[in-house]
Amino acid sequence: MNGSKSMLKLAAAALSKGLQESPLKSGLAEKGNFCRTVFLTRRYSAECSGKETNPTSKKSDSGEIDVEIPVKFDLHLLESGPSQVTTTNKEELMKIYTDMQIIRRAEIAADMLFKSQMIRGFCHLYDGQEAVSVGLERALSYDDNVITAYRDHGIFLGRGGTVFELFSELMGKRTGCALGKGGSMHLYHREHNFWGGWGIVGTTPPLGAGLAFGQKYEKKPNVTAAIYGDGAGNQGQLFEAQNLAALWNLPLILVIENNHFGMGTAEWRSSKKTTHYDRVSYIPGIKTDGMDVFAVGEAFKLCKEHCLSGKGPITLEADTYRYHGHSMSDPGSTYRSRQEIQGMRQERDPIERVRKIILKEELATNEELKDLDKQIRHEVDEASAKAREAEFPGEEELFANIYKADSGLIVTGCDRKHSKVQMS
Amino acid sequence: MVRRRFSFGLVSRLSSPIYGRSPCSGGIWTPCLGQKRSFMTAKDLVESEEPEKKVTNRINMFSAINQALHTVLDSDPKSYVFGEDVGFGGVFRCTTALRDKFGRHRVFNTPLCEQAIVGFGIGLASMGNRAIAEIQFADYIFPALDQIVNEAAKYRYRSGNLFNCGGLTVRAPYGAVGHGGHYHSQSPEAFFCHVPGIKVVIPRSPSQAKGLLLASIRDPNPVVFFEPKWLYRLAVEEVPVDDYTLPLSSAEVMRKGSDITLVGWGAQLAIMEEACDEVSKLGISCELIDLRTLIPWDKELVEDSVNKTGRLLVSHEAPVTGGFGAEIAASITNSCFLRLQAPVSRVCGLDTPFPLVFEPFYMPTKNKVSMIQHSKHTNCRISFQSMCG
Repeated sequence: MNGSKSMLKLAAAALSKGLQESPLKSGLAEKGNFCRTVFLTRRYSAECSGKETNPTSKKSDSGEIDVEIPVKFDLHLLESGPSQVTTTNKEELMKIYTDMQIIRRAEIAADMLFKSQMIRGFCHLYDGQEAVSVGLERALSYDDNVITAYRDHGIFLGRGGTVFELFSELMGKRTGCALGKGGSMHLYHREHNFWGGWGIVGTTPPLGAGLAFGQKYEKKPNVTAAIYGDGAGNQGQLFEAQNLAALWNLPLILVIENNHFGMGTAEWRSSKKTTHYDRVSYIPGIKTDGMDVFAVGEAFKLCKEHCLSGKGPITLEADTYRYHGHSMSDPGSTYRSRQEIQGMRQERDPIERVRKIILKEELATNEELKDLDKQIRHEVDEASAKAREAEFPGEEELFANIYKADSGLIVTGCDRKHSKVQMS
Repeated sequence: MVRRRFSFGLVSRLSSPIYGRSPCSGGIWTPCLGQKRSFMTAKDLVESEEPEKKVTNRINMFSAINQALHTVLDSDPKSYVFGEDVGFGGVFRCTTALRDKFGRHRVFNTPLCEQAIVGFGIGLASMGNRAIAEIQFADYIFPALDQIVNEAAKYRYRSGNLFNCGGLTVRAPYGAVGHGGHYHSQSPEAFFCHVPGIKVVIPRSPSQAKGLLLASIRDPNPVVFFEPKWLYRLAVEEVPVDDYTLPLSSAEVMRKGSDITLVGWGAQLAIMEEACDEVSKLGISCELIDLRTLIPWDKELVEDSVNKTGRLLVSHEAPVTGGFGAEIAASITNSCFLRLQAPVSRVCGLDTPFPLVFEPFYMPTKNKVSMIQHSKHTNCRISFQSMCG
């Protein structure tokens, strides 16, 4: 097994080197044709072929279930990592399954809504990455802060947002979580400390550092998780935020959702170093299998303990994958092969993994799970229909909240004399 | 220096060195040799700055820009095109086929790091190269603002002309596109117009884009070139196939008129043209001017036009407060004060962040422009209600 794995690695390395050196020739590169098919070899810690993927679990007499985390954690500047075994129970497992399935169904419904032009603008879908959101919620509470980039639907739902609010916001309706003024990239949940939803790449680390400082100053036993993607790993403000957080010992977890592609650019084309958890020599890091909700949960637990013990920031890299393209205008298959995407679905799908455990431990039958799926689908469809019926925000919202409502503030339109709106 | 700035309405016909638009440019902008600059007045119909009859192709704006880039890379072996995703052709297809033809060492992708893209471009240009940097959307140009303002604009000046980065051209798609929302629709040109040392150029059509881009790349000053993304596919016209340039700092009169002068740039001109057509039915004759270069801008031409018509309306997509229309308004009020029949109007975007669903309310639409045109002409007041839509 090991021998064949290293052979695979060698072959893969040779192939990718060949790809790098030869000019990319593709028979499809005709004028105007968007597609250049580049078959990449993945450089995961968990390859997606020939790997044993049936998770091992063991139920004890008390009804608790020990689930093995197959992929080893990679550590940087850390003495020890989380346990490779996590303990859970039927209730938790069913909740995890349900939460991930809701995210999955919501994203698929959003896909259809976008294609039927009920959602306009931009839509960046999260399916495939559910384990990161749900795993995060296993370790962090609603008193911890979470801030993320534009691929935020899954995080929003994980933070307790409802599907109805999500769809309303996507469609720009008044019932959305941001009153319809933010759209897909700008989802928020005030009570549960979800600070958004940010469109500019690389903006979340310094913002997260600020949030973390606030928590530390108020002596709260809480942390901030600032999430960004591999594409943001080369933005200048990330380095600035890392130094700030380390210098001031902030309780900041820098979370990289590494789905290996920044839009259509594979990580090895944009980055000298393709891993992120070990980039900084003065901030410890941990890399985890981002498709395994338990691994993510354990990693987050370790990170939270690390921060709250006053040791400063820590980096958490989640090795994950998105099934859809970057956004709805990206088919997602011009820079990765369909085999690769299919392989991910078959071998590393986060929901399938949990389903297998549930079935293996006989916590529910196949039919029961199917019924649950159907019920979730029904609820998501209902939420979508309800959101479609909802109203758009009124005209007064155009001028609302540019500033905090100062009485007497005048917002001007074109040609000040003829169009003014007085804020009350 | 010819002190032509302070004579109201009089235009000096003396030919002058092709300096920037301030009397004391002192080396901020370098004279651009080989570019003819004619003193166009509004009285003369502006004829072919377009070259005399050439073979043309009917193409859209991104193809015209693509042709310009091909031309530059062909003619100058020390020119480079780089930015996010330019290798495969760019998200707007402006750099299609460049890498295939000129190779990865001259057309290459950069990582996602705008500040470094422009900084790197400045360094490359300082070595005497033509560095053509692409910022994927103008909304993302702000990390690079420091490099543009503090480095690119000031290099020649503060080194006493020992060094310069004149070979730098920063291209970025800007402007509303119908569904872009906060971060794919912004018009940040005003931020750059406040910086002596760079030029800001905005084309309105494919043929203009090709000529102006070629001129910008070859201009020995750093240029920020904003391309109206709405027009990439939408605008189609006959574009000469050969190598030609259009002069910078030279506005163009698109249509002659006698009652009111309208000034704009980029995609907004199409809206203004429609508004002009509409009010012409009411007998108002409009003179429409495309500014083309925002800094240094062609004050003379606009002054001549306003001296003829006595009224001025400026329109742009960017929010009205602090937009470049403010500079034009202040300047023209100063120089044409006694001639103006009505205050200068600005029909611009609202003072809000670029909204999501409210985009139609935000935009300076044809109706808003024509309302103001009409009110300017008749000097009557219009209520806000009738303004919207």
